[in-house]
Amino acid sequence: MTNYDFVRSLPTGQGLRGRRLTRIHLDPLLLAVLLAIMGFGLVVLYSALDRNVSVFTGQVLRLLAALTVLVVAAQLDPRIYLRWSPFVYVAGIVLLVLVLVMGDTAKGAKRWLDLPGLPRFQPSEIMKISVPLAVAWYLNDRALPPSLKDLMVSLAIIGVPTGLIAIQPDLGTSILIAGAGLAVVALSGVYWRWIAVAVVAAMAAAPLLWMNMRDYQKERVLTLFDAERDPLGSGWNIIQSTTAIGSGGVFGKGLFQGTQSHLDFLPESQTDFIIAVVAEELGLVGVVFLLLLYLVVLARALYMATEARHTFGRLVVGALALTFFVYVFVNIAMVSGLLPVVGVPLPLVSYGGTAAITLMASFGIMMSIHTHRGW
Amino acid sequence: MAESAHLKDSEAERRRFTTRSIALFMAALVGIFVLLARMIQLQVVDYQKYSTRSDENRIQMQPLAPPRGLIFDRNGELVADNRPVFILELVAEQVGDLDRVLADLKVLVEISDRDTDAFRKRIARPRRPFEPVPLKYVLTDAEIARLAINRFRLPGVVVEAQLVRHYPYGELLAHAVGSVRRVSEEDLQRLDPVQYSATQFIGKLGVERFYERSLHGEVGYRHVEIDARGRVRSVLAVQPAIAGHNITLHLDANLQRAADHALGERRGAVVAIEPQTGGILAMVSRPGYDPNQFVTGMSADDYRQLTTAREKPLFNRALNGRYAPGSTFKPVVALAGLALGATTWERTIVDNGSFRLPGQGRLYRDWSWTRGGGGGQGIVDLRRAIYRSSNTYFYELASRMPIDDFTTFVAQFGYGQNLAIDLIDASPGLLPTPVWKRGARGEPWYPGDNVNLGIGQGDLLATPLQLATVASIIANRGKVVRPRMLKSSDRELLETDPPPAPAAIQGVTPDDWERLVDAMEDVVHRGNLGYRQSGTAWAYIGQNAPYRIAGKSGTAQVVGIAQGELYDEKLLDEYQRKHAWFMAFAPADAPRIALVVLVENGGGGSAVAAPVAREVLDAYLLPQAVASR
Repeated sequence: MTNYDFVRSLPTGQGLRGRRLTRIHLDPLLLAVLLAIMGFGLVVLYSALDRNVSVFTGQVLRLLAALTVLVVAAQLDPRIYLRWSPFVYVAGIVLLVLVLVMGDTAKGAKRWLDLPGLPRFQPSEIMKISVPLAVAWYLNDRALPPSLKDLMVSLAIIGVPTGLIAIQPDLGTSILIAGAGLAVVALSGVYWRWIAVAVVAAMAAAPLLWMNMRDYQKERVLTLFDAERDPLGSGWNIIQSTTAIGSGGVFGKGLFQGTQSHLDFLPESQTDFIIAVVAEELGLVGVVFLLLLYLVVLARALYMATEARHTFGRLVVGALALTFFVYVFVNIAMVSGLLPVVGVPLPLVSYGGTAAITLMASFGIMMSIHTHRGW
Repeated sequence: MAESAHLKDSEAERRRFTTRSIALFMAALVGIFVLLARMIQLQVVDYQKYSTRSDENRIQMQPLAPPRGLIFDRNGELVADNRPVFILELVAEQVGDLDRVLADLKVLVEISDRDTDAFRKRIARPRRPFEPVPLKYVLTDAEIARLAINRFRLPGVVVEAQLVRHYPYGELLAHAVGSVRRVSEEDLQRLDPVQYSATQFIGKLGVERFYERSLHGEVGYRHVEIDARGRVRSVLAVQPAIAGHNITLHLDANLQRAADHALGERRGAVVAIEPQTGGILAMVSRPGYDPNQFVTGMSADDYRQLTTAREKPLFNRALNGRYAPGSTFKPVVALAGLALGATTWERTIVDNGSFRLPGQGRLYRDWSWTRGGGGGQGIVDLRRAIYRSSNTYFYELASRMPIDDFTTFVAQFGYGQNLAIDLIDASPGLLPTPVWKRGARGEPWYPGDNVNLGIGQGDLLATPLQLATVASIIANRGKVVRPRMLKSSDRELLETDPPPAPAAIQGVTPDDWERLVDAMEDVVHRGNLGYRQSGTAWAYIGQNAPYRIAGKSGTAQVVGIAQGELYDEKLLDEYQRKHAWFMAFAPADAPRIALVVLVENGGGGSAVAAPVAREVLDAYLLPQAVASR
């Protein structure tokens, strides 16, 4: 039982500890597990950074900033999120269009926007939260399971930003954003047979997608099936990451002892491929421990979703929880060679601030919905 | 926000949401199990495979070149050793703009165009990342200092110490010991790629070539941990290279120096052999070259000079110079005549200065022939024919010997073959036979060919090494020895066992041998006896000899002289003049040294070559006297 359940069972004004936590609108269990993941991640990151203290300190500060965002987001009344969802969504679309028009080009893709007075940022990052919120907002006062028309509108809400991001091109992010929106649709109770039809249609459209993919994207998919076809090129990353993971064995080579990562064979060892460092240095044991923490986050968040009183809250909390898990799954599946390489960091462990802030914001929204029971 | 009234059933919706959540959670669990299964596959099932792969990634075996075996002369003097040189190398991955760095380096270090060309070839070859590529071998101290000062602005420029071959005697022993050269592309295709993985130089000539396997040693390894960029992070283990065998040669550097000095600035060769063993005591070929230049590199001009000079300094005359042996062949013809029953020591002829084959007009002249008919040695027996070097006697003798029996006998002395054990570069010369002549010239063997062969002319060609071997065989009174460079080694050598010694000369009695040696002693010592009575070399070397020398002079024609014309040295180009030979061994009764001297285009053998031979014999037999001189 969580503190909140305990508090809820009491008349208002009793249970000092619970009341205090309720008043600051946080979920202690979820927060504790998130902190555990971040702590675990920092230890591994410290190793992956070759014990570079200054870079490490920078990451600690970023995570503290992300925590602050969580706390602040959790204090806001959920009705604010409901009210602002469509506007943020529309603003996000505008920014995505702006990116295509005047964004900075890096490595052949336009992803960054450099607006005067604002730090450089990726508008697609906003959409990771904004899209599920917008779909949930749309479905909030509709009859559920959604009618075909409502489903189509929902899919349109998802499709526009997905398309805009896909042509940047940033296939990985667009798929994740589509996933976040589709999680809302799935949770809304859409009929299974429609889902089945959609899956069949998607499979039928796969060749079409393949034909429209860029060469480097095709390369990544082909590499998945046979990394040895270009061992020093596109296959390098996946060969080195599977080698790092496999050579860790059950108990790992020991913290700071990973040869693949410390001798620079493992690329992106601090960012997207950090799970390989976990696997190499801490072994299967370390990976299972981290997976369990992620599973607890998912379980707790889904439970919180079922506890929500309103459609919007349920859909938002559930969808954000599932999105979080999808990130975990896609990242680990990619690094271990089950999925093509797409740029997805491991939540709360990979080096970097933007992704952590977005994630903590989403957890803040989830806690806000969960703890503001008066609505 | 107000709930819309129509058809919104909150409670059913809530239940449906819970069901969906559970279903999706289950799906997530499946996802977790997929990931777990994958991890177990990688980390447990295939652990060995990936663990090995990870080690292969980081652990590299770097080959270590073995130090090349040392070469000593018979007195224990080092004639080939290894010394450290400083090499300028570039790491292509670190230098950035190669052309700019090369231009910068040219200011600090003398770099020839040849260095640059060779470097560009090397850098284009496949190699390990971050492997340094040599640009210039042998930096001077001043260059090392200049590079050290400028190091900060020259990333990727490395100065490395390396052991390379060094020949302390330089030019003096170049043709005797041979030398190494940088391993070439062609070498790489036939060499053991493992043993030679770190080796820069390979024996290309002489002893260095023949004993390459033993001198090379065995490659060692350094196990290092490298990072993904190929840089060494730490050394894990070292398996040292095993140095090559040290070998000792029969060669006597002091004698070599004496022979070189005796030859002076003239072109030619001296080969001295210890008759009992066949061990080569000295092998001079002049002009020579400094073999160290090939190790440390030389300018394009120097190289062109060496390869195109008319006097051919790179050419080993002692082994590969093929010359008509001229009169030095006469002792062998004499033995052939005795063995084949064509003559005896008692038989005499009248030498009028020329010889005619029965029924032919062509005149075969003695060296003493004159137009007026006053030449010739008078009444000549075999002994006199040798010490006076009578052409007429040997023309007549050779004309009466069946050619096949004659050449078969001669072949026992090593003519037309390379008897040497460890000088595979040596030329076999040419012993003409009817079969050879038919094949090479498409002509039959004429009686005149016998006549020419009788005085070591015609098509007969021999190298100084071959004639030194003949001298050894006569010194040994018929025991044939194979010339050899190697005296001993510190360990058993890897090269195959030497071929067995050939059989002793057949058909010559001990008495014949002694009388032949006596006749050859007369060549040097018979003197003060009046006109046409002294040995041909007596006047030049025999008057003050403190020990007995057996010798034979030879003067080999380079160009044919037309019938009825006199040889006039002044009318000929230097390179068309006669070659001077002298073959000798001493002391005559218990020979310790046999030798041959060749002076290219030097003129008369007794006058030109014999004094050289005397100087070398003195140096070997009377070292104290020579030293006090």
